[in-house]
Formats: sequence, C-alpha cells, structure tokens
Amino acid sequence: MMQKIQKFELTKKTAIVISVIIFGLFSLFPFAWMFLTSIRAGGELYTVNQSPFAVREVTLDHYQKLLAETQFVRWMLNSLTIALAASAIALVIGLIAAYSLGRLRYKGGGVAALVVFATYLIPPVLLFIPLNDVVNRLQLSNTLWSLILVYLTFLVPFIAWMLSGYFKSLPKELADAARIDGASRWQAMVLIDMPLVLPGVISVLFFAFTLSWNEYLYAFTFIRSSSKMPVALGVVNSLQVGDVFFWGQLMAAAILGSVPVVIIYAFLMDFYLAGLTAGSVKG
Amino acid sequence: MSAINNSTRLDDLSQRAKFQRWWQTGLEREGLFGYLLLIPMLVVVLGLIGYPFVLSVYFSLTDKLLAQPDFQFVGLKNYASLLEDPIFIRTLVNTFNYSVTAVIAKLFFGLIMALVLNEVVRMRRIVRAAFLLPWVAPSSLSILAWVWMFDSQFSIITYFLNQLGFVEGKIAWLGQPALAMAAVQTVNIWRGIPFFGMTILAALVTVPKELYEAAIVDGANAWNRFVSVTLPHIAPVLAVVTLFSFVVTLGDFQIVWILTKGGPLNSTHLIATLAFRTAIRSADVGRGSAIAAFLFPFLMFIIYMQIRYLRRED
Repeated sequence: MMQKIQKFELTKKTAIVISVIIFGLFSLFPFAWMFLTSIRAGGELYTVNQSPFAVREVTLDHYQKLLAETQFVRWMLNSLTIALAASAIALVIGLIAAYSLGRLRYKGGGVAALVVFATYLIPPVLLFIPLNDVVNRLQLSNTLWSLILVYLTFLVPFIAWMLSGYFKSLPKELADAARIDGASRWQAMVLIDMPLVLPGVISVLFFAFTLSWNEYLYAFTFIRSSSKMPVALGVVNSLQVGDVFFWGQLMAAAILGSVPVVIIYAFLMDFYLAGLTAGSVKG
Repeated sequence: MSAINNSTRLDDLSQRAKFQRWWQTGLEREGLFGYLLLIPMLVVVLGLIGYPFVLSVYFSLTDKLLAQPDFQFVGLKNYASLLEDPIFIRTLVNTFNYSVTAVIAKLFFGLIMALVLNEVVRMRRIVRAAFLLPWVAPSSLSILAWVWMFDSQFSIITYFLNQLGFVEGKIAWLGQPALAMAAVQTVNIWRGIPFFGMTILAALVTVPKELYEAAIVDGANAWNRFVSVTLPHIAPVLAVVTLFSFVVTLGDFQIVWILTKGGPLNSTHLIATLAFRTAIRSADVGRGSAIAAFLFPFLMFIIYMQIRYLRRED
C-alpha cells in the first residue's frame, strides 16, 4: 500500500514537471526567439534553416540602429505621456465614482453599478468608428490627446468597478466615528476612507497604465503621423520599409517596447493575481 | 419702480440663502453627495460611450463616408447588402469559429495550467511569472514575434517540423486559408491561456482542504475528487471567465490584422477587421458601422448573462 502511494506520488511529480516544461516552452518560446533574432547579425537571420539556435556573432547593431535611426524613443515617450495622463485622469474620475458606488447608499445606486459593469464589458470594436467621428469633430485627430480622451472609455469603468469592490469591503465604523466628531462627508471620504484603499489605488493605477500602453485599435484608427504614435503602434506600422521587414530591428523594438509593462507586472504580480479574484472574476 | 426692484432683490437674497442651506445640508445627505460624485463618470459614460454608440447605430442606417459631412438616411440598406455579401457571411462564420474554438481551447488548457500551478511548490513565483508573460506583454508587439515565426521562408516552426520529419519543405502558414485561420487562433490561445490559468488558480486555492480529505476517506480517486469536489466549487468562476473571454475574443482585432490583414482572399477576416477595413480604409462609415453592429446582440446577451451571475453571487 505504502509503496503504491509512493509510486503514485512519483508519477504525479513527473507529470507535473513535464507539464510545467511544456507550458513553459509554449509560453516563452516566442520571446526567446524574439531575443535571439534581435542579437543576431543581419545576414545570419536568413540562414536560420541550418542552425537556428547557434548565434555565431552576437551584435547590438539592431538595438543601436533602432535607437539612433528610428523614432523609437519618440514612440516610447508618446506611450508614456498617453498612459500617464489617461491613467491619472481616469483615476480621479473613477475613484470618486467608486466611492459613491461602493460606499454610499441611495436610490439608483445599484443600477448605476450595473451600468458601469456593462460599459466595462463593451469592446472597442463597437466604438472605434463613431469615436473616430467624434475625435475628428473635436479636431483631435492625429494627436496624443485623442488617445488620452478615448482611453477614458475603458479606464474609467474599469477603475470604478475595481475600486468600488475595495470600498465595499471597508469597515464603516471609522468614517462614522469621524462624522460624529463633526467631519463633513467630503472630509470623511478624503481623510478617512480614501487612504484605506491606497493599495487598491496603486494596483489599479498600474493596470490602467499597462492597458493604455498596450492599446492598439484606437491608436491605429486615430493616429497617422509616425511622430505621434505610441510604441504599440509605431513598431508595428512604421518600422517596415515598403514590404521589407527588418526582423532584427523589429524584434529588438518588440522587446524594448514590452519592458516597462513587464517590469510593472514583475513587481505587481501578487497584486495582479489578487485583483483577478477581487475584480474581474467577481465581475 | 425701485420698490419692485428691491423686493425682487430681497426675494433673490432669501432664495440664495435658501439655496445655500439646502446645498450644505444636501451635501451631507448620502443621496445627493453620492450623485454628485458620479457626475464626472456619467459625463464619460454618456459622452464617450453612450453617445458614440447611438451615433454608430445611426451611421449604420446612412450612407456616410469618412470626412464627408453630408450623408443620407438609407434605412436598412447597409444591413441588407451585407447579408448578400459572401465576404461578410464568411466573416460572420469566421468570427464564431474563431471565438468558439479559441475560448474552448483557452478554458481547457487554462484549467490544466491552473491545476498544474496549484501543485507547483518550488520556484512558484518564477513559474507563474513565466506562464503569465504572453498575457502581460503588449499584444501588438508579441504578435510580431509570431509573424516572424510564421514567415513563409524562415519559419522556425517549419524548421522544427522539417527536422522531426513531419513535413518536407516550406509551409506558407499565412498563405492558405485553413492554415492562416489555425495560425491566428493559435496566437489568440497562446495569449489567453494565462488569463484563464491564473483566474482559475485563484479559485482553486479557495477549495477547502477538508472536502478533499473527506472524499479520500470515501475512497474517491483523483478523477472522482476533481469531478465531485473541485469542479462544482470552481464552476462559477469558470462560467464568468469564459463569458468574459467571449466578449474580448468576439471583438478581437490586432491578432488577425497584424498576422494576415484578413487574408488570404478575405478568409480570416473577423468582424472587427472587416469593419476597420470598410469604415476606415475604404471610408465607408455607414457600411462599416453596420458590420460592427452585428456583434451587438451577442455582446448584449453575454453581458446580460454576466450581470445575472453577478447578482446571484452577491
């Protein structure tokens, strides 16, 4: 009996190790291939068929050219501007709405929460055509502002929804005590309750940043000049000359363009996993 | 004359005082304070989501062209002509084929990933981080790696298949309709598995250990335990995450656009890519809006299901 159990444990362990390896290879291979391509001399790329994993000559050429000869740095700065501005504005709007939805009781509050949830689920496909018209009429077409404004459509419902969950789980006693001591509603909200959801605010802010950083469809629709593009768009749409792809440079750009987001997740993975249960699953 | 003026002034003043009192006590009332805090969000929701949505429905009933202020109401003409367009019908079928296949695969492999991760003890953080990477990286950039991997001349996948002896010679991954469809689905699945995996894992962790112990005492084997303990416990999460993924997958754009642009021969178009090509590239806003509108009933249905779930959970 004992032996049987031990044997079972052993096969179970090997099965798990094998699955981890398979999932790991599948998940990481494209990134590994990206990296290998980006450090390979140009000519070597096209002899891949002989020995794809032997890099005969490691070179940083592609990175150098990318930074020196293309608008890559500009795109990174554009992405940074858009993501920071959109996240900050959306946070202010979403935070007070979340407080209202999660913490206060009034007629219609439940319906408002449902509307937020429903809008959180509306995908950009349904909105990019009319929003293009709106952006044109506001004369914001081909500007960073068009994206800052339009990213509010997914950031505000997302933030309001996630943070209202945090506010719901707060104990009411602290704010009530402050109100008995003469604090106004505004003071109770800003001085007592909001500091308590700071961890939620920080994680939501980072997700908002990455959502904005990664967005493609709206950027593709509104932005035409290469110098105005965010990195997720510029790398894909401006790095090829005619039909020619410079794969070394493209892969270098794909790696550098992903770095900010990957760093954020590396620090915030636990927040992210907790958020999955708290926010997106519960809604 | 001045008497009248005075009395209106007085009225005005007392009105103002009244308003001030009303405002101050009002702010302290939960309701008014709550509504006021919602206003900025309502401006966004109505102005940037509600209004464009109505606009989109309206456009779909017109012959509006991009950057043309004048257009005519044409009724359901756009919809009628779409239903007679084989490319559109193909796109409709593709969108469902793509979504259903990809969501089922993501659910299946995501569940396995979660079960595996739940057993990983050593190097837990590193393993999780590695699995999460495809979901985290900006998709338009990671898709580029796949474009390179599916290259008709230098595909590393073809190289592996050649080495293993499965096929001889080159494969035009993105050049044949069936292969191209499989390719875009693969990329969607690759990117989406971690989302399912991590979400399901979060639910797996909450299954009470006693239930498993009780099941073992009752003589249940691993499969029985999975079916009778694990599955019922995580079922709500499976349902919610599947519905959520459906919404996102039905509206997918960049995987197909970057890999195939809807080709070869329009065989991989999804509603989003065809709507983009029609409304933005070909400037036919009316028709493009009608294409996108076909998604609406399905999305509404899914959102309705989600909300029902949510209410039951509360």
